[in-house]
Amino acid sequence: MLHALTSILFDGLAYAMMLFVISVGLSITMGLMGFINLAHGVFAMAGGYVTVLLMYDAGVPFFVSLSVAFVSVAAASVLAERLIYARFYDSSELDQVLMSIALVFMAIATCTYLFGPDPLPMQLPPYLKGQVELGFRSFPTYRFFLICVGFVMIALLVLVFDKTLIGARIRAAVDNRAMAQSVGIDVRRLFTLTFAVGSGFAALGGGLAIDIVGLQPTFAIQYLVQFLIVVAVGGLGSIRGAFAAALIIGIVENAGKYLWPEGGGFFIYAITVVLLLLRPEGLYGKG
Amino acid sequence: MHGVDSRALQARAYLAQRHRWRLGEALPWALAIAAFFAFPNSVFVGTQVLILVLFALSLDLILGYAGIVTLGHAAFFGIGAYAAGGLSAHLGWNEPLSGLLFAGVCAGVIGVVSGAILLRYHGLALIMLTLAMGIMLQEAGNAWDSFTGGYDGLYGIKPAPLLGRFENDLYGYHYYWYALIVLLLMFLLSRRVVHSPFGASLLGIRENPARMPAIGCAVLWRKIVVYTLSAFMAGLAGGLFAQSNAYVTLEVFSFARSGTVLIVLILGGTGRLYGAFLGGAIYYLLEHNLAKLSPEFWQFGVGLVLLGVVSLRHNGLLGLQEHLLQRIRRRT
Repeated sequence: MLHALTSILFDGLAYAMMLFVISVGLSITMGLMGFINLAHGVFAMAGGYVTVLLMYDAGVPFFVSLSVAFVSVAAASVLAERLIYARFYDSSELDQVLMSIALVFMAIATCTYLFGPDPLPMQLPPYLKGQVELGFRSFPTYRFFLICVGFVMIALLVLVFDKTLIGARIRAAVDNRAMAQSVGIDVRRLFTLTFAVGSGFAALGGGLAIDIVGLQPTFAIQYLVQFLIVVAVGGLGSIRGAFAAALIIGIVENAGKYLWPEGGGFFIYAITVVLLLLRPEGLYGKG
Repeated sequence: MHGVDSRALQARAYLAQRHRWRLGEALPWALAIAAFFAFPNSVFVGTQVLILVLFALSLDLILGYAGIVTLGHAAFFGIGAYAAGGLSAHLGWNEPLSGLLFAGVCAGVIGVVSGAILLRYHGLALIMLTLAMGIMLQEAGNAWDSFTGGYDGLYGIKPAPLLGRFENDLYGYHYYWYALIVLLLMFLLSRRVVHSPFGASLLGIRENPARMPAIGCAVLWRKIVVYTLSAFMAGLAGGLFAQSNAYVTLEVFSFARSGTVLIVLILGGTGRLYGAFLGGAIYYLLEHNLAKLSPEFWQFGVGLVLLGVVSLRHNGLLGLQEHLLQRIRRRT
């Protein structure tokens, strides 16, 4: 019983960290521009493919591959933001939804064409395989590593957000864009920057997620709903909110699948509906 | 007093003028009838296109007229499909017309209940709530597979002959007419509704949801009414789907189906009823021709066309056509 409970918590925590790393950028960019972006999963998927291809075709070490994924996807996302997204900032939410769904379709088709529809294999470096002993029982090393990455990231992000000038600017712009602009903050540039970093995080998360959920072209749509849930339930533009929501979704998802394999997927959607009905602006949202 | 009277007359004349039939409106129906005789080998596929058009028409009522954005409209299609399917497969009630009505009513009832809750929300919360609702039904159906048959599907749907005479024959000839007549009836109802004063108030809600309550219009109540009507029609589409295929799987609830119907409507154009017809036909032609080359081409093509249509900002192909006509008229 205790064994099952610790497994649920541990795996749920690892899953939550993956969700958080991928979704946090989406939460900030949606909070800044109010842009409903359903294509965020594409950046995570792109990160996954960059990681796998570098490791297999070029023999690049795991961490170097992840870094390259971060940088390359961040750079590509700036292009996408300037060339495509920028044209839809003043559009209706429906047009934003449609335009980003169109990007998802095109990305999935391109990846299927290039890499085939089947999941690509992922071989972790030896030091991340096996089990790690934590005193009372052992856990998979990779999941333990994921949890550590997640905690380091939330700590860093909170620090940047709460203590630096750029963090203060982002908070100001999320709170009130017009007011932030009128005191001289260049919200457009701030947005491009957060969009790039957020997409980079998504790519990093995509690379980290392969060992947990696999990597195939449908990744971009299969997990999209969970990323969106993290953002909506957490509240737009809130790092703490995204973290709290990722924890709830990660643990409920794992508990559901563990305790009731046939119907376990039901619970995260049920809990999402309940939370959104009670707090439509999200746990940490303004309003 | 006199001023008020003449204004009421003006409003009445305006509504009557909008409701008047135009010659061009016969075109889609003439094409649907012509298609039956021109492509006798594709009649079954044609029936599926008609069902898609009916489904898209139901979405147009809430999205195109009342401006309600939903990513979970497949929920009502799925409820209709399982209501009609379950009635026949589990309870042995095989009379198709009452089965279809049952499908619509079940979806409508869910529409009232869910609408009364969901329609108080807007923006991202509403989009996420409708999305989560659809997937929740799919997951619940998976857990309750003794009724739904899970992802293997619900077999044993055996609709009796229509009106006791017309069987669901091998080519699906009878069901084509069945679907076309249901579509026509629902189209007439929709047309009547959107051209009524109630329909005009929906447009007001779409254009300015803050001002409508200020002029004394009960926004939520109107949204619930049109949402219920839309759910009823989506349920009919689902019911027709179950009866014509004699088979339902949980795919009917999928996000992909909600996305498809949205794309169909956007391609054709929202808020003009005929957008569903044009979008359904074009979607089918695209799918038919691109998927033959390869499934990736089809998916990429849909994405590209959708991006193009949204970028043009003229509200679908019908909106584009209207825009071009106006430009030509202005020049001459």
